[in-house]
Amino acid sequence: MPEQPPYEPERAIAGTGMGGAMDLGASEAAGLEKAPGGPDGTGPRDKARSLWSDAWRDLRRNPVFLASALVILFLVFVSLWPSAIASGSPLSCDLAKAQDGSGPGAPFGYDGQGCNVYTRTVYGARTSVTVGVCATLGVALFGSVLGALAGYFGGVWDSVLSRLTDVFFAIPVVLGGLVLLSVVTSNTVWPVIGFMVLLGWPQLSRIARGSVITAKHHDYVQAARALGASDSRILLRHIAPNAVAPVIVVATIALGTYIALEATLSYLGVGLKPPSVSWGIDISAASPYIRNAPHALLWPSGALAVTVLAFIMLGDAVRDALDPKLR
Amino acid sequence: MLLDVRDLRVEFRTRDGVAHAVNGVSYAVDAGETLAVLGESGSGKSVTAQAVMGILDTPPGRITGGQVLFQGRDLLTLKEEERRKVRGAGLAMIFQDALSALNPVLPVGDQLGEMFTVHRGMSKKEARVRAVELMDRVRIPAAAQRVRDYPHQFSGGMRQRIMIAMALALEPALIIADEPTTALDVTVQAQVMDLLAELRREYRMGLILITHDLGVVADVADRIAVMYAGRIVESAPVHDIYKAPAHPYTRGLLDSIPRLDHKGRELYAIKGLPPDLAAVPPGCAFHPRCPMARDVCRTDVPPLHAVADGRGSACHFWRECLRGDER
Repeated sequence: MPEQPPYEPERAIAGTGMGGAMDLGASEAAGLEKAPGGPDGTGPRDKARSLWSDAWRDLRRNPVFLASALVILFLVFVSLWPSAIASGSPLSCDLAKAQDGSGPGAPFGYDGQGCNVYTRTVYGARTSVTVGVCATLGVALFGSVLGALAGYFGGVWDSVLSRLTDVFFAIPVVLGGLVLLSVVTSNTVWPVIGFMVLLGWPQLSRIARGSVITAKHHDYVQAARALGASDSRILLRHIAPNAVAPVIVVATIALGTYIALEATLSYLGVGLKPPSVSWGIDISAASPYIRNAPHALLWPSGALAVTVLAFIMLGDAVRDALDPKLR
Repeated sequence: MLLDVRDLRVEFRTRDGVAHAVNGVSYAVDAGETLAVLGESGSGKSVTAQAVMGILDTPPGRITGGQVLFQGRDLLTLKEEERRKVRGAGLAMIFQDALSALNPVLPVGDQLGEMFTVHRGMSKKEARVRAVELMDRVRIPAAAQRVRDYPHQFSGGMRQRIMIAMALALEPALIIADEPTTALDVTVQAQVMDLLAELRREYRMGLILITHDLGVVADVADRIAVMYAGRIVESAPVHDIYKAPAHPYTRGLLDSIPRLDHKGRELYAIKGLPPDLAAVPPGCAFHPRCPMARDVCRTDVPPLHAVADGRGSACHFWRECLRGDER
């Protein structure tokens, strides 16, 4: 037997007969011996690991996260500088080319109005990302602040808020959109975003309220209070960092659904309207011609599907990283 | 008198009725004195402490009467804002389970330093220096390196030392330690108790030690208050109680300590269970479990009889008990 780790019987058995495995076992045993370092922190130690650094380590190794993050980075880049990868304007259309297949400068072909599908798909990303990000930020800020305050202070306002969220949950999203947005004349993304915040905040406020209530009953909150911390300090410094993880997870997943909702509303004609550029508008315009010009429908639909999927996968990856118990 | 609790009453409103957790508790602690509050789980010892600290969860808890005089001021009548300033600086609390009483997402140095930045208005840098000093003070090895570590990176004993350091930070006049060693193993218990006793002497603080461990009490306490079903049943200097208890409950507690000279004999246990606080037996709450109980015990609540100077017993038959009669 070559040099055998003296106090690792299991390892030794695993290594018998295999020189390579044996060596590995021996070197690992030696590593184990060194790992604990000197007495209580005098030796070399691991870098301090917080929840966030742990989560980041998990994320970096998660292929789902890497893939979705790449797609999202690309989307953000495209929506900031669409002209970098698409020449021409999404609004310059030539009816002579209507429903044509791919040609020079138009790899995705032309739609029913003779507009360049590639250019329109690229410019459409800006609308989707803007709506998704702004709606999520609005919902997350508004919802989590209200939810956190209700959860922390409890009492009458908590009850009022809880019933109010019930009311909002009862409003069907698409029907609500049809009713509320059909009276809006402005053709910008803001009414759409406002509508999403209006209907989306109860979801986040419930999550935030729940996790604040959980965190509130921890001993360290009582300890902080016993040491003279004020309500705002307890809420911001002790509760918020311990309660924010579920909010982030739900918000990330919701981002994808807001993008899909914008496309839905635009498809139905109450979200953005032409001449705005949006995947929903393009899908709506192309759907009557699905037999003659399927490419005009497929490219914006594909872009929408990939975008929504990327955000939902990102949300899943973040949830796995932040809450290992859910795995 | 540093702290004078007079006739404190606390009740909890629950779905099953009102639980009278504290029924007229009075005790006093002088500067430099250690009072041990002894009792089973549910005897109201922790609730009393929480009411004194002002960290009782209200609702469901409610203080229905009494006074908490700290340095002559009644804390119960102070405004929350003034009361908050007393916490941490005037009286501080050490919790049972240091792992849950320290914020898991903040490095211990930040939590210690917070005491100085919030209450003393120090800069972060100064606070960090003071945090290291404090960690040295409670004998945490390599404090300067460990100040950036998170609570989970410390052993149980070290975490409890950090808890103690946090309580000591502002040099309060009184520390309430709620079962500070219960979560630790026996060898570490002794170290932590010694440290606590030493620091108390050094800073000339008052100490209220809440415990159910008679072994811990004998070494460090000056006086003992024994609680049962939300009342103080016996209060006396520590040596008097160990020599001759004046209440059958205290006697039962003392008899249930394992002793070397009782080797081979069955260990004594007080028969029965502590009463449900929503339905405390009439008369003396201890009578269903008391070996000395007579008719009068079932009807009349015994007042705290003055047994000797500075010594009281809430038993109708304290004289017999003191003599050691078992009826």
